[in-house]
This record gives sequence, structure tokens and C-alpha cells, in this order.
Amino acid sequence: MNAGRRVVIGVGNDYRRDDGFGPLVIAGLTGRQDDDPRLSGVDLRVSDGEPTRLIDLWTGAGLAVIIDAVLDDGHHAGNRHELTLDALDELADTQSASSHGISLGSTVALGHALGRLPGRLVVLAVSGAEFGFGQGLTPPVAAAVPAVVERACELVAQR
Amino acid sequence: MSHRADRTLDVRSLARVEGEGAMHVRVRGDIVEEVRLDIYEPPRFFEALLRGRRHTEPPDITARICGICPVAYEMSACAAIEDACGVVVDPAVADLRRLLYCGEWIESHTLHIYLLHAPDFLGYPSALEMAKDRRDLVERGLAMKKAGNEIVELLGGRAIHPVNVRVGGFYRTPSRQELAPLRDKLRPALDQALETVRWVSGFDFPDFQHDHELLALVSPGRYPLESGAVATTAGLTFPVGRFEDHIIEEQVPHSTALHARLAGRGRYAVGPAARYTLNRQWLSPLALEAADAAGLGADCRNPYRSILVRAVEIVYALDEAIRLIDRYEPPERPFVDVPPREAVGYGATEAPRGILFHRYGLDADGLITSARIVPPTSQNQASIEDDLRRFVGSRLDLDDERLTWQCEQAIRNYDPCISCSTHFLDLTVERR
Repeated sequence: MNAGRRVVIGVGNDYRRDDGFGPLVIAGLTGRQDDDPRLSGVDLRVSDGEPTRLIDLWTGAGLAVIIDAVLDDGHHAGNRHELTLDALDELADTQSASSHGISLGSTVALGHALGRLPGRLVVLAVSGAEFGFGQGLTPPVAAAVPAVVERACELVAQR
Repeated sequence: MSHRADRTLDVRSLARVEGEGAMHVRVRGDIVEEVRLDIYEPPRFFEALLRGRRHTEPPDITARICGICPVAYEMSACAAIEDACGVVVDPAVADLRRLLYCGEWIESHTLHIYLLHAPDFLGYPSALEMAKDRRDLVERGLAMKKAGNEIVELLGGRAIHPVNVRVGGFYRTPSRQELAPLRDKLRPALDQALETVRWVSGFDFPDFQHDHELLALVSPGRYPLESGAVATTAGLTFPVGRFEDHIIEEQVPHSTALHARLAGRGRYAVGPAARYTLNRQWLSPLALEAADAAGLGADCRNPYRSILVRAVEIVYALDEAIRLIDRYEPPERPFVDVPPREAVGYGATEAPRGILFHRYGLDADGLITSARIVPPTSQNQASIEDDLRRFVGSRLDLDDERLTWQCEQAIRNYDPCISCSTHFLDLTVERR
């Protein structure tokens, strides 16, 4: 493991409304990378969440920060959540396992079984409202972008 | 409580298929009364979305339909637009497209074999459970898949929804020096692919044969990927431009998804088994040798053995990718200009799951006036339902849990990419 490697991965699809949250945060981080020393040397990536590619992206990293939009009851759009590895492992769902639908928790569990987890894994999630076809985040989800960009910067700065 | 002989089995969310959908089976006594594969189909949104867009846009827009087979959408879109505009790409560009497509086959087939289908044969509920016992197997699958990712990332610009493909060619083509390291990564993956064929050939395949007409592209001299005419096992052949004369899509009462059938003939199946059966002789010598050693005969009509064909096709794709890299000479230009004209164009390529057809109508300014996309999974729906009907009818002695498991496995034989053709899938088996 390269304990010094830090990767921030935005999971999602920017053609599926609020699912574009992760890629948009990565775009925000990329725009800052030249000016913010906390982001120096940080690997900024976008993923569709397909489990094998996600595992490849974080394999060997000392720190991986995952940015994702989540679906809850639909009434708390824009709420922010921060999860660590232990909490994610408990979310593994072995019954719902299409490769499109493998949850992040199941992907973490698969990474664990394969000995392919980063040294530290943190998920910064936001509750979304709309995941249908189309571009653009709903206003409460868009409003969460700056705070999550800043939190990702704080996390990668904690060596 | 329902009588043992009258029962309904419901699977409200099929596991280990690409995307989501539903299945419902109703049995009365010894009669399978109804089998439904219920599918809600978003691609029609894309067809509407494409109208009024520039003729240069379909590769990028349609690539978003699926994260597993975006290259297939890009290739069929390019083929159709270039057909409309009367453009033929440079042979070196055509080779690069074929190489890119090999990458997608490797990714998609490896994912299906190792994470979605093999657990069925080995008695695991999921790849996660399989990984706990057989980490070595899953690691091998991930390594092979990564080889496919490397191809797509290098030629496509990124691993998901590649951005380097354009109508007429590529935005940028690689140098020989850039491709050389890729070859070094594909070589060990080829050895792993051969091991995969040997491994999969040892699986216990249920004794089951279908009689579907099989349909695939045929491109004499080489195994079909990005081009070819359409052929079936019953001897029907036609050019891609006649696809809609022969393939009829129609509504079925139980689903918003369209079912495809051959005009005047009925259901048919596309995908690896169809490709193999119609093109076996065009496999590379190494892939053909692997197929023979694995016991694949002249055709493949046991859908459970489709996993074996996929394994052979990974060998072929890696072997072909290495061959294409070895002979690569960069084209003079990465693309040819594609001036629009008022016309209709047709394109079909072999997506990992079978023929993917696109048709576009253009006006003189290059704006799209009509679009049609026929993905492989909607073509296979009727055959999947027929398999299930016959499969359930011969296994009514099984309890509901076991029967449901085997029904799901029967669906996974086709590696349905429901994300391409649907949005949600559940399974119900009803016994009365």
C-alpha cells in the first residue's frame, strides 16, 4: 500500500440529475487543485460505481474519500452524511447484487474479502431528491456542493 | 396457504443481472400458465432526446445509456451516422474501433462470468460470498477485467462512457509507442482467459436445449464485432439496412417493454451463443482450440453453456487485441470529415450481449429527424420467457425456493442488460 496516496472519487452520473453530485464535487475540487495546497498530489477521479472499477481506484491508497448522492425517503434532500469504513461494512447487501445495483456497502465488503481496501475510507454523501434522466442538481443538493468540497479538502489534509 | 401444485413464484428484484427487472411465473397443476419478464424501457427517452440534435452527437449521448456497454452504443451510432452520410473510415481507424470494442467485451464478459454467473454454478448467493472462499478466482477475474479497462481507457479517453470516439473516427489516435505497453498487459490476461475457459468447462451444466432461431452479424473472415450482415441459423440473411423489415418490435400486454420477433417466424435469440454458432469458424486458432478443448461443439443451444462461450470470446478478444496492436500503423488523420446530408442511416454491431441496432434520419443540415435503437436484451425477452416456461414445466417437483433460484439462473444465462432496455425487474412465481 502506498500510505501516502490519497484519492477522492466522485460516484455518479451527471445525466441523472442529483446522481451528478459526486462528479460535480470532483469538478469543484479539480478547479481548486492548483490553488489549494491541501489538494496537491491528490488523485481526483470519477466513477460510475461499478464495483470492480471502484475497487481498482482505491486499491493501495492510504486514504480514499468517496463522494456520492444517496436516496433516502426523498424528504431530506441536501442533508449531508459522513460515513467511515465500519459503518459501510454493515451495509453490505448480498441479496441485491446486480453489477449496476451493487451497493457501496457491498463493494466495500467485496474489497474487504479481497484484501483490497484503502487504509482509511470515508464517504461524504448527500441525500438526493431526483434521479431521473436529465442534467442539473436540484437546488438543495446543489447547495451542498461547496461544503462537501471543503470537507473533502479537510480530509485529504489530515495526513 | 396455496396447494403444492398451484403456486406463484415472485422475485421482485432479480439479483446479478445488469440493471433491474421483474419476473412472474404462475403454475396451475402441471401447467405453466404464465411466464412474464416485466420490463420498463427507458431507451425510448433517448430516441426522443436525440431528435433535433446534431448528427455528431449520438455517439456521446447514447453511450450514456449503459455503463457496461457504452462502446457498443458509440460504435452502432457511428456506423449508422456514417452510413447516412456515405462515409467510410480509414482502415486503421476501423482497426482501432475493433480494438476498443475488444476492451469492452473483455470487461463485460469478465464481469458477468466472475461476479454474476459463476456464483450460480458454484452454489454461492453472490460474488461476495464466493470471494470469501475463493479469493483467487475473483482476483483473477478482476485482473482480466482490468486488462479490458486499460484498452477502453487508452483508446476511449476514460474507462467509463469514453469520450474519444467521434463520428468519422477518433478525436485523437495513439502512437505505436503508446499502444506497446498495452500489449504487455494483455499477454498475462490471455493466459488467465485460457485458465478461465478450463475452469468454466468443469461446471455442471443442466441438461436443457432450446430451439430458438439464433441471429448474429456475420462478417466472413473474422469474428463479428463492429460490422457484418445479419444472418440466422435458419438460413435467413439480410443487410443491416433491412433490419426493420425483418425484425418486428411489438407491445405485449404485461409490460411496457417491446418484444422483438422475426417477421413471419417468431422469437429469436442474440448474444454470444448466437455469435458462436454462426461464426465459430472465424474464431482465432487459439480461441478455437480453447473452444474445442472445452467441449463446445459446432453450436451452442444449451443456454447454461453461454458462460463457456463468453469465456472463449474473452480469449478471442484478447488474442484479437494483441493482433491489432501488433499490426497497428497510425492513420494519417484520426478522423474523416462527415458532412451531413438528408438521408437515413443504419448501423448494427455486436454488443457483448448481442446485436445492437441504430437507425437515424437526418435532414440536410445534419439535424436528427428520427432515431431508433433496438438493444439486445429486448430481442432476447421472448426467448428468455420461452426458456423459463419450458424450464419450469420440467422442474415442478422443486420447492419454490429452489425453483426460483434456478429461474433466476436461467435469466442470467442471457446476461440481460436491463439497464439498456429496462429500469426495474422483480420475479414472481405463482402456483395455483
